[in-house]
Amino acid sequence: MQRIGVFVCWCGSNIAATVDVEAVSQALKDEPGVVFSTNYQYMCSQAGQDLIKQAVAEHGLTGIVICSCSPRMHETTFRRAAAAAGLNPYMVEIANIREQCSWVHKDIALGTQKAIVLGRAAVAKLHLNAPLTPGETPVTKRALVIGGGIAGIQTALDIADAGFKVDIVEKKPTIGGKMSQLDKTFPTLDCAACILTPKMVEAAQNENITIYSYSEVESVGGFVGNFDVTIRKKARYVNESICTGCGLCTEKCPVKNVPNEFNLGMDSRRAVYIPFAQAVPKVATIDPDYCNMLKNGKCGVCARVCTAGAIDYKQTDELIEQKYGAIVVATGYEPIKLDKFDEFAYNSSPDVITSLEFERLTNAAGPTSGKLLRPSDGKHPHRIVFVQCVGSRCAAAAGKGKEYCSKICCMYTAKQAMLVRDKYPDTEVYVFYIDVRTPGKNFDEFYRRAAEEYGVKYVKGMVGKISPQGEVLKVQASDLIAGRQLHIDADLVVLAAAIEPDRSARPLATMLTASMDTNDFFTEAHPKLRPVESPTAGVFLSGACQGPKDIPETVAQAGAAAAKVIGLLAKDKLTSNPCVASVDELMCNGCSSCERVCPYGAISYVNKEFRMPDRTVALRRVASVNPAVCQGCGACTVACMSGAMDLRGFEAKQIIAEVDAICK
Amino acid sequence: MQMTDYKPKIVAFCCNWCSYAGADLAGNNRLSYPAEVKIIRVPCSCRVNPTFILRAFQRGADGVIICGCHPGDCHYTSGNYFARRRMALLFSMLDYLGIERERTRVEWVSAAEGAKFAATMNDFVSTVAALGENRRLEDLRCKK
Repeated sequence: MQRIGVFVCWCGSNIAATVDVEAVSQALKDEPGVVFSTNYQYMCSQAGQDLIKQAVAEHGLTGIVICSCSPRMHETTFRRAAAAAGLNPYMVEIANIREQCSWVHKDIALGTQKAIVLGRAAVAKLHLNAPLTPGETPVTKRALVIGGGIAGIQTALDIADAGFKVDIVEKKPTIGGKMSQLDKTFPTLDCAACILTPKMVEAAQNENITIYSYSEVESVGGFVGNFDVTIRKKARYVNESICTGCGLCTEKCPVKNVPNEFNLGMDSRRAVYIPFAQAVPKVATIDPDYCNMLKNGKCGVCARVCTAGAIDYKQTDELIEQKYGAIVVATGYEPIKLDKFDEFAYNSSPDVITSLEFERLTNAAGPTSGKLLRPSDGKHPHRIVFVQCVGSRCAAAAGKGKEYCSKICCMYTAKQAMLVRDKYPDTEVYVFYIDVRTPGKNFDEFYRRAAEEYGVKYVKGMVGKISPQGEVLKVQASDLIAGRQLHIDADLVVLAAAIEPDRSARPLATMLTASMDTNDFFTEAHPKLRPVESPTAGVFLSGACQGPKDIPETVAQAGAAAAKVIGLLAKDKLTSNPCVASVDELMCNGCSSCERVCPYGAISYVNKEFRMPDRTVALRRVASVNPAVCQGCGACTVACMSGAMDLRGFEAKQIIAEVDAICK
Repeated sequence: MQMTDYKPKIVAFCCNWCSYAGADLAGNNRLSYPAEVKIIRVPCSCRVNPTFILRAFQRGADGVIICGCHPGDCHYTSGNYFARRRMALLFSMLDYLGIERERTRVEWVSAAEGAKFAATMNDFVSTVAALGENRRLEDLRCKK
C-alpha cells in the first residue's frame, strides 16, 4: 500500500480564488492511502518544495500528488523535488486544477468539486505507479551522411568542424550532386562550380571526413546513438589509393560511345571515366556494362597505359561495417521522367530539353563548351520558349505529374532566361507560367530584372501542345491575360520538369524506419518545431530529400541538421524517456500486431525459452521493445490483442483507475 | 430526476502534445466550459483503448470525447490515424448497442486552439445533456 501525500497549491489567488483549497485538501485526506494532505500558497517555490521534502521524511511517503497548474508547466519541477526528497521522480502525479479548473470555472462550489475529483483521479493513478528509471545508452561518436550533394557536404563539414568523425556515402563515383551540374546560381549568378568545388575539396581534405564514393548503404540496424550500418563499396575496378586521376586511361579507352550521364546523355564518355574535371575523389571508374575487358576479357588498354598500375579488373564489391551515433539523410532530388507528357514532344524532338539539360548546354564544361546550340543541328536558337510547371502543381485527377509546387523552377527559369538574353541579345525568350513564385530574399527583384531589364517575355498561360515541324517547334499556348491563343515558332523549348525525391530514398526510408509522405519526401518530426529531425530518433534530414529546396535553403537546413547531430554526439550517454512500452512475455503470442503499428520500428521479436507445465522447455517468439527507440505513443498497447503490451507511466490499469475515479 | 439539476458526466481523453496543451491554452485565456468535463492526459490519442471508453460508460459516464492532434500533425506521426480508425469501429458498435452516437466524439484540437477546445466542450456537454443520463451500459452494481 502506498503512503501518499497530497499538496494543494493556491497559486496565489490563481487557484484559491475559485477553488476552496482547504476543502480540497480536507476531502483528499479521506482518500485511501493518503496519509498527509496540506495546502500551501506556492508549491513550486523553494518553501513549497521544502514542505514536500519535510512531509516525505516525516510521514514516510512513497508518492506525492500535487494539485496545481498543468503538468506541462511544473511536472519537471515537482519530479526534481521528489528526487531531492529521496523519492523516485516518477512517483509524482499532478492534478491540473489551474488551467483545467480554476481558470475555466467561475463557480466556487463547482470548481472545488471538480478539483476534488481531479485530485482523486491523481491519487487513484498514483496507487498504481511504479518507480521508473530512465535507460542509458552510450553514444558512438561518429555520424553517417547519406548523399554527397551540397546538402551532405555541408552537413559533413559542419559536423567535422565540431570535431566529430563523419562518413559520407555517395552512390555516384564523385560527390557534388546536382549542384555540380548547374551553371550559374540564382539570385546572385555566381557560378555553381566556383562555390561548390572548394567545399568538395575541403571535404576530401578534412581529416574527420571519410568519403565512400560509388557506395551505397546496404543495411541499417540498431538505434539512436548506436546504429550498425553496412556500406557496399561497389567495385570501380580501379584502386582508389593508387589512381592519380591523370586521366590517361579515359583518353585511350577504345569504347567511346557510352552516354555521359553527367551531361545527361547529350554527349558520350569512355567505358573508363572520371565524371568531370573537379571530381572528388578524382579517380577513374570502369563502367562494367561497357568495358570490353570486363564483358569478354578482350582489351586491357587502360591497364597497359596506367603508369601507376591502378587498374584492377578483379576488384569486387567491398562490404564495410561501421557503427554510427547519428545518421543524416541527404539523398536529394531528381527531375521527373517526362514520358507521360507527350504533348510537349520531349521524347520525339531533341530540341525539347529539360532545364537541367539546359544547364549543361550553357555550362562551359558541358557538351557544347558553354555555347548555346540546338542539340539537333548545332545551330544557335533565336527563339526559346520556357515552359513552367511541367509536372508540378498537377491535379491528382490528371494521373501524371505531382500535386506540389517544385519551388525552384520559377527562379532558375528567370536565371536561365536572363542569361540567354545577356549572352545572346538577338534571342527572343518566352516564359509561360501559371504563377511566378518568388518568396525568397532578393528573389522578386531578380525576376523583375529578368522581365523588365532583360526583356524576357513572361506570358501567363500554359502551353497546350508542341509539335516539331521541320526545323521549328510549333508551340500552341494560351495567353490568359490577353485572352487569346498564341502560336509561336520556337527553335528550342526548355521544360521546367517537376522535381521528385531520388529513387534511392524509398528503400532507404524502409531501412531507417523513417517515415515518408505520399510523394516519398521524408517527413520531419514536427513541420514547424522540429524541421530537420525525422520522427525516428537519431535520423536527421538535410536538403531536398525533405521537400523541394533551393541551394540557400538546403545549406541552411544542412547546417541545422549538423547542429542537431553535434548536440547528440556531444553527449556521452543518452537518457531515454522511461515511459515506454513494455511486454508481458507470458501473455505475448508473437502475432506481430504491435510491430505493424509501431512508427519507430522499436519492436522486434526474440525467441525465448519458457518452462512448460510438464517441465520441458519450449522456445516461443515474443515481442521485445527497444526502450531507446520507443517514444511511448502507446499505439502498440491498443493493437495488442492479448493485452501483453502496456505503456509505463500510462498503464491500462492506471488510466482505468482515473476513469473510475472521475465517474464515481 | 429533475432535468434542471442534471449534470452529465463527461470524460475527455486528451493527447499530451496537442489537445491537452489546447485545454491549457483555453485555461490561460480564461475561456470557460462546463465543470462536468474531466480531462485524462494520455501521451497520444492512439493510447486510448476502446475498453477505456466502455469502462467509462459502465461506470456511469454520459459522454466520452477523445481529442488528438490534427491529421498529419501527430507528434508520433500516425497515432491519431490509428485512433480515428479504432474509434470509428467502436462507435459503430456502440451504436449497435443502442448508445447514441452523440455521446461519443473524436475531435482534433491543436495546441494553438484553446478557443476550439472550449467551444467543442461547450457543444459536447450541451449535446450530451440534451440526451439525458446514460443508463444503457451503466453497471448499477457500481453505484453505491
